[in-house]
Amino acid sequence: MKNTAIISRLLPVLTFLLFAASLFMVFIYVPTEETMGIVQRIFYFHVPVAWIAFLAFFIVFIGSIMYLWKRQIIWDTIASSSAEIGLVFATLVLITGSIWAKPIWGVWWVWEPRLTTSLVLWFIYAAYLLVRSYASEESRGARFSAVVGIIGFIDVPIVALAITMWRTQHPGPVIFGGGLATSMLITLLVCLVAFTTLYALLLIQRVSLKKRENEIKILQNDDLILEKDTGG
Amino acid sequence: MENAGYLFASFTIIWALVFGYVLYLNNKQKNLKREIDLLKKVREDENTESAINS
Repeated sequence: MKNTAIISRLLPVLTFLLFAASLFMVFIYVPTEETMGIVQRIFYFHVPVAWIAFLAFFIVFIGSIMYLWKRQIIWDTIASSSAEIGLVFATLVLITGSIWAKPIWGVWWVWEPRLTTSLVLWFIYAAYLLVRSYASEESRGARFSAVVGIIGFIDVPIVALAITMWRTQHPGPVIFGGGLATSMLITLLVCLVAFTTLYALLLIQRVSLKKRENEIKILQNDDLILEKDTGG
Repeated sequence: MENAGYLFASFTIIWALVFGYVLYLNNKQKNLKREIDLLKKVREDENTESAINS
């Protein structure tokens, strides 16, 4: 309990400091790339945003497996919270990617493997949230969405490997593929850490909100049962 | 500074969406607090009513 309080106090400060550092590095520290020019700086936020989308959907995958296995509501709460955040970041990946593509490729969108599988991933997780909201019972919605969360995760490695499996217009791997100057790599790593702390912060907030929502639902159900028993 | 507009648009959209989501969470928290207060009030009223009746 004490640790949670410390983390919830430290995490916002840490996130703020990391974002201040990453903005300094992206706009002042790192040199401008020769071929693409200033627009290449989108890369330092586009890649971390994509990383968070993948990480969020990995948490959905783990949470969904654990929920179907243990049937504990906390796993469903973690999975659904992560799916919501993941969808926000998956939307950002598609938007920032399109904005970057326009001046470099001359078009906003190309139906090539990386982009198409990323769009499919967006639809899968939109479906995950829709399944929950349209289910007649909450437990049924949680079960159905857990199945979508597990099957849908198959698309994540496909998106990640699309650039090596097929011939694509999208640039190849940068971190493990080499070819990135040290200053650019450091900037990217700082941005990755900043976005990861932001994800952790958002996930903690969303999970605690969902827990409260569940508690209120239980209280409201208790009231309804009481009213029925007393004939009110 | 060619294509600076694209860079600006990209960063603006990222922050707008992230802040939008934070605002959405904040709004949800406010609504939950309101609901908790209402439930507490209902419970208190019920308790005082049952105390009077007994």
